[in-house]
Amino acid sequence: MQKFNTLKSIPAYLPIVNIDTDMIIPKQFLKTIKRTGLGKNLFFEMRYDDKGKEINDFILNQNPFNNSKILIAGKNFGCGSSREHAPWALLDFGITCVISSSFADIFYSNCFKNGILPIILDEEKIKELSEYANRKEEISIDLNEEKIMYGNSKINFKIDSFKKKCLLEGLDDIALSLKKSDKIQNFEKDLKDKKPWIFND
Amino acid sequence: MPNTLYDKIWNDHLVDQQDDGTALLFVDRHLVHEVTSPQAFEGLRNSKRKVRHPKLTLAVADHNVPTTDRSKGISDQESKIQVDTLESNCKEFGIKLFGMNDKRQGIVHIIGPEQGFTQPGTVIVCGDSHTATHGAFGSLAFGIGTSEVEHVLATQTLVQKKAKNFRINVNGKLPLGVTSKDVILQIIGKIGTAGGTGCVVEYAGGLIRSLSVEQRMTICNMTIEGGARAGLIAPDEKIFKYLKDKPMSPKGKDWDKALEYWKSLKTDDGAKFDKEINLEANEISPMITWGTSPQDVITIDEKIPNPQNEMDEDKKNSLERALNYMGLKPNMSAKDIKIDKVFIGSCTNGRIEDLREAAKILKDKKIASHVHAMVVPGSGLVKEQAEQEGLDKIFVNSGFEWREPGCSMCLAMNADKLKPEERCASTSNRNFEGRQGRGGRTHLVSPGMAAAAAISGNLDDVRKYQN
Repeated sequence: MQKFNTLKSIPAYLPIVNIDTDMIIPKQFLKTIKRTGLGKNLFFEMRYDDKGKEINDFILNQNPFNNSKILIAGKNFGCGSSREHAPWALLDFGITCVISSSFADIFYSNCFKNGILPIILDEEKIKELSEYANRKEEISIDLNEEKIMYGNSKINFKIDSFKKKCLLEGLDDIALSLKKSDKIQNFEKDLKDKKPWIFND
Repeated sequence: MPNTLYDKIWNDHLVDQQDDGTALLFVDRHLVHEVTSPQAFEGLRNSKRKVRHPKLTLAVADHNVPTTDRSKGISDQESKIQVDTLESNCKEFGIKLFGMNDKRQGIVHIIGPEQGFTQPGTVIVCGDSHTATHGAFGSLAFGIGTSEVEHVLATQTLVQKKAKNFRINVNGKLPLGVTSKDVILQIIGKIGTAGGTGCVVEYAGGLIRSLSVEQRMTICNMTIEGGARAGLIAPDEKIFKYLKDKPMSPKGKDWDKALEYWKSLKTDDGAKFDKEINLEANEISPMITWGTSPQDVITIDEKIPNPQNEMDEDKKNSLERALNYMGLKPNMSAKDIKIDKVFIGSCTNGRIEDLREAAKILKDKKIASHVHAMVVPGSGLVKEQAEQEGLDKIFVNSGFEWREPGCSMCLAMNADKLKPEERCASTSNRNFEGRQGRGGRTHLVSPGMAAAAAISGNLDDVRKYQN
């Protein structure tokens, strides 16, 4: 997984609440058996018209937001399905940080598996940051310091310490868990005694 | 200290817990489908890892399968590749799969319970947010992403942090024509789509206990639409009776031992909940959704909301956006909404009781001439049962199409979809923009309400057709 350390970009602001995973990447693109290549279809229905032409009004079709690495959006971002295609599409487009006042649980945890940093801020702070987006000014993010810097101001954000470590170091979850193989084995042994029906033997 | 049911299942599955609260949780049951698994198997192959417990995993193709004649296979090339990939992955890693022509094939959340793979007190995961369905059996069941699918395949565990406890009590009795679908829509309307974020919901109270196993599944299924990853109900005699003698249920001495354990699965008196709400079933009416979020609910007797009455600017904008997408005018009556299509099926309402409920309304009646309607049974076994009861004939005689099992138009990954601006009364779970096809307009309803809409040609009150 790609490490996440610091990030500097003009953010794109999408002031819609409850952006669901079907909006982020519609189902016709879930037929892939790969993780890559979904970026061009990110927000497909808002981004392209019926003939497949880019809709100029849509923020990610406009310069410089078509190169944004940071997306600021309304509350409850990523609600709906568990499809990891949603963070894959964001990542493939180039977005590695999403800022919202709240995220859906499954989407939130999927971000961390893909080197994407989801930041939760108060609505007020979101409004403040969105002005930077509207003025096409850069903001920077420092994960280690848990800080967003913009103009002469800064905002602190909070992130779970283990998730932060995994992002900073780009750690592979599975390898970490496999280091605990002994504990898993002991658990299984105990389980076979206590609940023999679980193993379908 | 008194514990909640969620606390108990959680504690019982802890393999390891770090000082920061991050836990490694053992997974007893893993369901796999074709859409969210190919990249996980690919990951295993790339890192030369094996599936730790192939027998604890069960696979089925459901999202992409055609619901029409399957003898010619799948014509859509991409869909075919995904289904074929699942088949070859299962073969390579030794996982049991119900193929497209197996009569046990069906929607993953319908076949788990049907086979007795779903059991009380277990941790059940699947790369699908509607995994919450299995919580009806008193299991901790939730959806996961593909990276987590790979993690479970490789380690039979999952890295998790404990969620909050949220209890929803529903008491009283359901009025005529009101179903568990209306109950869950009412709950989502009340708490909002983010109301359960960060929580595991326990459904309790007299009404919940009075529900059948299948009605409970409908409620747990849509827990995710209220933002909570998992929703569960303490198992009781109805659950034990349902599971007895299912193909994958425990047998003989194991059954006795399992039963003893299952009976202990309930929230202790005095256990603490972080959040709690109460609902009175007697006050619930048949519900519809009018907008593009499952929280946009009104009763069939109400009118479409007016954005002008909304003070909050953001809420007003989002209301306007939803009405515009749905092609509806403020203040119009729900019953004046004309529909083009009806879809009965999905992991929410594709079980035998759902089909019976709809068939009861449709018996000896014809659907409106402008309506195209279809029934997609949740599994091959549901289909078989319905045919034995003659329900297929009732549907076909009324003008419905009787299809093969799968997810179908709930998310329109196969050929079943809405055209732009087509309006559908649907028993599925999401009314998101484009969910049932680009520009398609979805109204979520119960199976009886879907049948009533088909007959009337507009959203209508099921109670009108109740005998």
